Parts: sequence; C-alpha cells; structure tokens
Amino acid sequence: MEQKILFIIIGMSLVTYLPRALPLLVLSKFELPLLFRRWLQFIPVAVLSALLAPAILMPQGRLVISLDNNALIASVLCFLAAAKTKNIFLTIVIGILAMFVLQTFK
Amino acid sequence: MNRDLMTGLKKSIPVVLGYTPIGLAFGILANQQGLTTFEIFLMSFLVYAGASQFIASAMITSGVNPASIIMTTLLINMRHMLMSASLSTYLKHVPSSLQAVLSFGLTDETYAVDITYCREDKPSASFFIGLHTVSHAAWVISTVAGGILGNLISDPTRWGIDFALSAMFIALLCMHMKDKADVLVAVCSAVISILLTKLLGNGWNVILATMLAATIGVSTSLWNRKYYLS
Repeated sequence: MEQKILFIIIGMSLVTYLPRALPLLVLSKFELPLLFRRWLQFIPVAVLSALLAPAILMPQGRLVISLDNNALIASVLCFLAAAKTKNIFLTIVIGILAMFVLQTFK
Repeated sequence: MNRDLMTGLKKSIPVVLGYTPIGLAFGILANQQGLTTFEIFLMSFLVYAGASQFIASAMITSGVNPASIIMTTLLINMRHMLMSASLSTYLKHVPSSLQAVLSFGLTDETYAVDITYCREDKPSASFFIGLHTVSHAAWVISTVAGGILGNLISDPTRWGIDFALSAMFIALLCMHMKDKADVLVAVCSAVISILLTKLLGNGWNVILATMLAATIGVSTSLWNRKYYLS
C-alpha cells in the first residue's frame, strides 16, 4: 500500500473522529446553561432539515422544483405517510417503492 | 439478549438498507479510481463518512496534495460537532471511555436514530452499541464488496433503495416536530441550507444552516417569553 494513501486515510480519520467525539466528551461533563440547552434541542430538527433539503430539491446539484424531480415526488409521499401514520418503516417502504416506480416507469 | 441492544439492532435496518447501495457504489468507484480493496476497507473502517470518502477518492486519483484532502474532509464533517453536542445532554451517565467508542460510529444517519431514541426513552449505551456496530459493519462490508465485485454490478443506486435514508430522515423529522417553533426552525434550516449549497457548494451548508436555524428558534422562543432565563 502506498504510504501517501495511508497517511491520507489516517489524517482523514482524525479530522472525522475529533468533531464526532470532542463535543460529547467535553460537554457531557458540564451542566450547560438553559439557553444553550434550548439551542441544542433545536439541533435535531435543524440538522435533519438542512441535510434533507439539498438531497431532495437539488438531486443533481441544481435546484429542481417540478414534477421532473423524482426525489421530490417521493418525499412528498413520505411526508404525508409520516405525518399520518408516524410509522418509520412504512414511510421508508413508501419512499423506496415510489422511487422505484418513478425511475422505472416514468 | 439485552432489550436495548435488540432495539438498537432493529432500528439499524433502515440505515443498513440505505448504506448498502451507496457503499457498493463507493466501492465500485474507488476501485475504478485505483484504490485497492485494502485501502477501501481501511478508509471505510477508519473514516466512515460517505460524502468525504467519495470526494477523497476522486482527489487521490487526480493527485491533489494530502493536506487539501484532509482539510476538505474536516470541512465536510464539522457538522458532526453539532450532533455530538446535542447528544451530550442525554449521555451524561455514560463513562468517557464508552462515549469515545460510541462517537466513532456517529454519522448523520445513526445520529438521527440516536437522538429520536434519546427523546423517547432513558438512553442506554447498549442501544448505541447495537445500532452503531451494525451500521458501521454494513458500510465497511458493502464498500469492500463494491471494490471486489467492481463492474459486475451496474449502478447499485439505480433502484432507488438508497432513498431509504431520505425517507428515514423525513419520518424522524416529522417525529421531532412538536410545536410551531420546530416547524419554523425546520423551514429556515431548509431554506438556508439550499441557499448556502447554491452559493458555496457542499460543505458549509449543513453546519451553518443548523446553527442559524437553531438560533432563530431560540430567539423566537425568547421573544414569545415561553422560556425564561432562570
């Protein structure tokens, strides 16, 4: 194995691991101020939304808000299923089926 | 078997479903770009970060210098700091050594499942161990399989199975939206994330959008005087 690639992989693993571990290791030792805890409570909703929006609306790196966008159509169906049933598994099945049907028959 | 461990194993199914086609795709591509099977294994095991692995593999092939590759990886994965911080309030009872191990398996997808579980149950480390181990294994195995099988499978993502991850995010997002402030934060975060992706490309969008949207959420809560600074 090329030494340069080994060096790159080890470097990458360090800069990936530290952001994953340090905040948990450090912050869990302290009683955090209420305002900061409240801020942290918004992180799940904010981060999921920030990850999803480009994945759904910019599938090939361009913003596509139309029926040409299969991921968008499937996502709307998933949102409806999730809001109505609160069932993760069902939502995923609907999403995969919708994508399969759209990609195969559209 | 421990009940929490079982729950963790069960909750890993969507993650495994999503990681498999993407992992295969990475393995195939990395193999074409000249990485050996062992290098693919090592990268998936140690780095374990989808987007940055795709980018790094392409950068290695085009001979970009190692420092730039590592800096790009850092930039893309800084968003995990926020996820790690958000888990910290729920894992105070877990010893540091175990926290260090659990952090190794923190990805966008495992975080989404972790935090949903934390809010519903008294979090047990066994749950995290089950979920993180299986998800990590699925990533390593599928990328290595992609590297070995190479061109025998044509575009593993064409069936849309990788959409399992977006669908899972949608379901979990809906479960976390409890009041108007949450909806506001979700909408702001989505809009900011799209704008930043357009302006700066991938990388900064998730971390900046999340921080800004959470700040908007706290500010509105304060404005509405729902939460006092006691």
